Amino acid sequence: MSEVLLELDGVTKWFGPVKANTDISMKVNRGEIIALLGENGAGKSTLVKQIFGLITPDSGTITVKGDPTRIKDPRDAIGRGIGMVHQHFQLVPVMTVTENIILGFEPVKGLNLDLDSARTMVVEASDRYGLEVDPDAAIEDLPVGTQQRVEILKALSKKVDLLILDEPTAVLTPQETDELLGVMKALAADGTSIVFITHKLREVLAVADRVYVLRQGRVVGEVATKDTDQAGLATMMVGRAVVLQVDKDEATPADEVLSVRDLVVQDDRKLPAVNGMNLTVRAGEIVGLAGVEGNGQRELVEAIAGMRKVVSGSVHLGTEDVTGKSPHHIHAAGVGHVPEDREKHGLVGGYSIADNLVLNRFDEPEFANRGVRNFGAIDANAEAYVKEFDIRTSGIHATAGSLSGGNKQKVVVAREMSAEPRLLIAAQPTRGVDVGSIEFIHSRIVDARDKGAAVLLVSAELDEILSLSDRIVVVHGGHAVAEMPGAGANRQEIGRLMAGGGH
Amino acid sequence: MADTDVAKARTAPTGTPPKAGNPVWELMVRNQSIVVPIVALVLAFSIGAFLIRTQGVNPAYAYESLFRAALGTPEGLLRTFQKTTPLILTGLAVSVAFRVGLFNIGAQGQLLCGAMGAAWVGFTMKDLPGIILIPLATVVGVLLGAMWASIAALLKTSRGVHEVISTIMLNAIAIGIMDTLVNYPLQAPGDDIARTPEIGAGAKLPEFGVVPSGFILALILALVSAWVLKRTTTGFKFDTVGKNKHAAGYAGIGIAATTIYAMALSGGLAGLAGVVETLGVVHRYESTSNNGLGFDGVTIALLARANPMGTIPAAFLVGILRSGAAKLQFDTQIQPEIVDLLLAVTLLLVSIPIIAQVIFRKRAASQAALSSGWGA
Repeated sequence: MSEVLLELDGVTKWFGPVKANTDISMKVNRGEIIALLGENGAGKSTLVKQIFGLITPDSGTITVKGDPTRIKDPRDAIGRGIGMVHQHFQLVPVMTVTENIILGFEPVKGLNLDLDSARTMVVEASDRYGLEVDPDAAIEDLPVGTQQRVEILKALSKKVDLLILDEPTAVLTPQETDELLGVMKALAADGTSIVFITHKLREVLAVADRVYVLRQGRVVGEVATKDTDQAGLATMMVGRAVVLQVDKDEATPADEVLSVRDLVVQDDRKLPAVNGMNLTVRAGEIVGLAGVEGNGQRELVEAIAGMRKVVSGSVHLGTEDVTGKSPHHIHAAGVGHVPEDREKHGLVGGYSIADNLVLNRFDEPEFANRGVRNFGAIDANAEAYVKEFDIRTSGIHATAGSLSGGNKQKVVVAREMSAEPRLLIAAQPTRGVDVGSIEFIHSRIVDARDKGAAVLLVSAELDEILSLSDRIVVVHGGHAVAEMPGAGANRQEIGRLMAGGGH
Repeated sequence: MADTDVAKARTAPTGTPPKAGNPVWELMVRNQSIVVPIVALVLAFSIGAFLIRTQGVNPAYAYESLFRAALGTPEGLLRTFQKTTPLILTGLAVSVAFRVGLFNIGAQGQLLCGAMGAAWVGFTMKDLPGIILIPLATVVGVLLGAMWASIAALLKTSRGVHEVISTIMLNAIAIGIMDTLVNYPLQAPGDDIARTPEIGAGAKLPEFGVVPSGFILALILALVSAWVLKRTTTGFKFDTVGKNKHAAGYAGIGIAATTIYAMALSGGLAGLAGVVETLGVVHRYESTSNNGLGFDGVTIALLARANPMGTIPAAFLVGILRSGAAKLQFDTQIQPEIVDLLLAVTLLLVSIPIIAQVIFRKRAASQAALSSGWGA
């Protein structure tokens, strides 16, 4: 057996009255990749924060390289060869890659910063680990996947034996994810141990040697990946068999609800992102937009919702032309929109769950009378949806910011379905959401369809598109390149079209 | 990386809550926004006492003379109420702007616009009866204040100019314009002092015993502001824009319109403070009066944490200190600036979350939320 690098024994952590980790024991061998799998709120992040010294356990021991220790703070952890890449990057956007990597450990020549040797160091590290980056590029100009590479390089630049990755693939495109998984394998082969947190079963099976499954703060299972499969892992996570295939009846599409004609929309850099898009969604069907991220899906959705300027072309809802109308107008016309970035657009973190459940309905007659808010109705609405959507919270007046990712998303989905929209746009509806919540959100989307809503589903997860869509539209380069029925759609064929192989 | 991580570690919740179960403690935890300013005040007065002692004066005697002058006589009380009134209004003005995430440093300039507008109406139409003159002067002053603030809001929404910069500049411009007006076209004929003629008798605000009518108006507006911000869709729009602009846009709230509206309201309240000063206390526009009232509004909004009801005690505190400062100097030869020192120390202690950290072992979350709006 190889050397044991890290061993946890009976680690327990309380947050006030809540037990976030209970009696957790685990072992990490040198050169091993360990996945921590669990629903949101299962205690995965709490656990790795204790390994990295961001918080200290209330009881239990952490043993690093055979030495039982108390990891005081991250500096201490780094000194013991532990590095961590956070889910939200800790980079300075205006500084270069090199400057970010050496930040806090700057090499000096006399009194001056020795940028030349720093740059050489970065280039060497970049070559050694196969993490390709431009040492002189400013962080803000780099795509997310490259920024993550910088974070990893930064962690590795401090002689790391154990690398912790907190949901590393949550923000990555499928290609970037594959690249990252490759890097992880190479690092492990080189003797670095890796502990990573994820929701995605496919990734676990692709790279991890062993998996610890957490549920409600406890380790409920430890298994070698060669001895399990997706269904087995999902069952361990939620404690019951999960239906990964969504049960739904045949669609009965009716009238055209959304019709997008020759739409052209620019992205934030004023470059054309949507290039002559044509798309229709009819009542009672789910249309899945399949495509590699960054092919205009975000801009398309924002243009339909009125949040982004339309350069040319048109958007019709039924017979009404809503091109260039305000978000307020379009919402009132019957569009529900689960936005791609729930933290940025979908929620106000400091607001209560009750306020968030009426965020874009606050001035409707049901919730306000001549400008005076009706708190009775707002609270009753919240109580009903917290119950119906099984939103796990201490109460409707708790802040949305205090919820786990899956429960935040349930708040957004509940709100957008509460107005019984004619058109429901669901952009990445289950990103960063635990398996239990995914199942729930999927079944609600199918419910909306069955009640007669037109549903436009945008997802980076091909599995999600395949399991939900009645019709699939493949986008590439800002327009639709192919269309096919959802039933019996061929995964490989869609993949080829997504990659631009259609012409 | 290490530094940010360390900072994170410090703010991470630590273990089980200390002293849980003690009812007095829990009451204090629940009312942190009151406990912290009070502790800050006690500390500031202790530091002040030390400094007074170094001047060879008995601090107890100094403080007694200050408070007796402010609260011990009918004249003192009237003066204290008069000083408190515009401070409640400028405190409300800055608080309202805070709610949409704007730091309105320009309350001073907006106040001057209001004061001059009211004075101009008051002396040019001085023969009109009060029942017409007072409302007219008030409307003109409030509108001028609102317009002055709207310039900053329009610059912000159309060109992205930071409101702190624009309002500071607008303050300087307002001071220049008013000084020019009272030195030349609007100067009282035959007067050596830079001031306008006196307003008509009908325009002067009445007093009820020691309570000026402007004070009652300020209290009512504090209540109304609290109600509007808490219970109306307007308040919800303000808060949403202030807390998360992206979500506000998503929710169909017009960010530019809401920003301009809130800033105009803020400027109107500051303008009203100027109106009340002119009609209730100075009875004309004089370039030496109105000094610093708008800037005190920033102090008050910070002490009150942008809570309209909190502006009342905060304004009273400042009003009492300002009202008693002259007598303090007369009795003890201590410079009245000691009052500014007391306020500055209190404000520092409230703004830097030291007290909350020491007492409650955590950062005051509301403070973090308030200060995060400034950079926007």
